[in-house]
Amino acid sequence: MALLEIRGLAAEVEGKPILRGVDLSLPEGEVHAIMGPNGSGKSTLAYVLAGREGYSVNAGSVRFDGEDLLAMDPEARAAVGLFLAFQYPVELPGVGNANFLRTALNAVRRARAEPEIDAMKFLKEARAALKRLSMSEEMLKRNVNVGFSGGEKKRNEIFQMALLRPRLAILDETDSGLDIDALKIVANGVNALRGEKFSALVITHYQRLLDHIVPDKVHVLSEGRIVRSGGPELALSLEESGYAGLVAEAAA
Amino acid sequence: MSAALRQTGENFSARYQGLAPRLPGPPDLRRRAAAWFDRHGLPDTRDESWRFTSLRPLAGIVFSRAEDQDDTAPSLLARLPPTEAPLLVFAQGRMRADLSRFPAGGQAGLSVASFANEPSFGNVPESETEPLSALNTMLAEDGARIAVAPSADAGTLVLLHLASGHAEHPPAFHPRHQIRLGAGARLTLIEIALGTSVYLHNPLTEVVLAEQAELLHLRLQDESAAAFHLASLHVALGPGSAYESVALVRGARIARSELTAAIVGEGARFALHAAQILGGEQLADITTVVRHLAPGASSRQSIRNVLTERAHGVFQGRIAVDRIAQKTDGYQMNKALLLSEEAQINSKPELEIFADDVKCSHGATVGALDPNQLFYLQSRGVPKAEARAILVAAFLGETLEAIPHSWGRSVLEGAVQSWWKDRPL
Ligand SMILES: Nc1ncnc2c1ncn2[C@@H]1O[C@H](COP(=O)(O)OP(=O)(O)OP(=O)(O)O)[C@@H](O)[C@H]1O
Ligand SMILES: [Mg+2]
Repeated sequence: MALLEIRGLAAEVEGKPILRGVDLSLPEGEVHAIMGPNGSGKSTLAYVLAGREGYSVNAGSVRFDGEDLLAMDPEARAAVGLFLAFQYPVELPGVGNANFLRTALNAVRRARAEPEIDAMKFLKEARAALKRLSMSEEMLKRNVNVGFSGGEKKRNEIFQMALLRPRLAILDETDSGLDIDALKIVANGVNALRGEKFSALVITHYQRLLDHIVPDKVHVLSEGRIVRSGGPELALSLEESGYAGLVAEAAA
Repeated sequence: MSAALRQTGENFSARYQGLAPRLPGPPDLRRRAAAWFDRHGLPDTRDESWRFTSLRPLAGIVFSRAEDQDDTAPSLLARLPPTEAPLLVFAQGRMRADLSRFPAGGQAGLSVASFANEPSFGNVPESETEPLSALNTMLAEDGARIAVAPSADAGTLVLLHLASGHAEHPPAFHPRHQIRLGAGARLTLIEIALGTSVYLHNPLTEVVLAEQAELLHLRLQDESAAAFHLASLHVALGPGSAYESVALVRGARIARSELTAAIVGEGARFALHAAQILGGEQLADITTVVRHLAPGASSRQSIRNVLTERAHGVFQGRIAVDRIAQKTDGYQMNKALLLSEEAQINSKPELEIFADDVKCSHGATVGALDPNQLFYLQSRGVPKAEARAILVAAFLGETLEAIPHSWGRSVLEGAVQSWWKDRPL
């Protein structure tokens, strides 16, 4: 069975149906891209998977490693290895980045019955991860995302991912707003984790990210449904022709 | 006013009548305070400055003079985290030399006496509008008289107020404290109030800072949840002096902390960072009056309220800038975090400015925890209750993090942390 099995998932926000029967199967170790027009429900899917409040799931199921994902609290989802890199990372004034990360790391470790790590060891790991990501140590001292530029926020998400080592990462437009160098850093961050025990859903609008993170599969989400799935070449052809044809096809 | 509340006030007057001949110090001031209190009694919500703070829960309670009956002071003392600093202990409003601790030969530059032995009412203005001061003046029997010699750095002094209450016969005590720093003197004063059961703690503290003196005043009000804490603090700031206070209010059924600062010296600095963390039926009120009576001085007041269940927070802050107080820099901010639907906050800022070249600002915010922030933390694996605690700590952060005294900071931070343990969310 795949690591992530989404079947007939339908969800609404404030009475407005957004997801209308999503089917998606992500085998362990694979990276899939999700593309689709603005407002098609990509972030909604990411939030529903991560357990954000305010969405009501009306139909369908989501299994993560065979477990009912939708029955878990957001923190339990993180503990089993789900990580969402937010499209809009949240600022936490008054919460230091280093403390935040160590708290998160130890919460996850506790939930997995692993020993907590102390401040010294954490700093060592954090510094090493920052170095791999060509990021400045100074960001550990700052408050979480407060006053970060758009690109710094996205990189901070990848930094968190690097420390938390999820089994499944959902990257929601982590590439938008990044300059070319930062894009490579983010891609390297993902590629460094790639392997049998790491899977990812990469939500993006642009082929350029997929040049660096070559997906095993590409899905197109439109009006709350996956309307097309294919290999990496699907993203290339979309780059040429846009979504119009696909969307019309799906509606027909 | 309800008849029952009037009765509670009349009991204090009667107690004064009975005790008057035996009370220490010059009788005139007491007599005037008692006459005023006789006429007005305890304040009620028709009094403008008590609009938000009702003393109704005191109604019908007959407070008795605090005796040294069943003394739980030593066990309360054990709650204090260990410290090497000199310790001055009061229990039931009386100085307890047996529980206090000073280095052999005393602390250089520091002198400590008791009001009982050396009574003096200091220079607190006899205000007709402050019933808490009148009540204290009328009934004060003991208190701390702390002085730091000019130019001396007296280090740290811990002033502990312990109270053993009683549900049927609650005691009341009215200690009168005086803290004087000579020119250029320095002191860190850490005040902690702890208690059990029902009582009324009605302290009046006078702080006088001579030229260039600096006082760091850390306060933890952790009275019993059934107790009443009605305190007034009067601070006089000389030229170039600095008064900095960080105060955490988490105890008492009803707490009112009045603070009057008279900035009489040019270029003095006044700062109050206070936090009230309240739950249950608690009501806590911080009422300040900061008078800028000299030019070039600054005052900063930053108040944080964390309120849950049916708790009620009040902040009333007045900044009064005299005609001669040019170049005054005054700032006041009251922020409240409401963790439940029933919690409430009242905020009443007042600026009275008679000088033309001043910078004064005030503001207030009220909000709940941000669900996006909570979700962000949870999505990183942090359990909801811990996520809430982190966000509340962040809200209070500025207040406590900046405390330039490690033991004092740990005491206040510990009090915030244990608040969560008692109150799982
Ligand atoms: N809280 C909400 N209240 C009302 N409508 C919402 C809410 N959240 C999302 N929507 C609507 O749901 C639809 C899908 O939004 P979503 O953010 O999932 O799109 P998206 O595919 O991620 O778009 P983009 O590419 O622009 O990021 C949009 O029409 C959006 O306006
Ligand atoms: Mg989106």
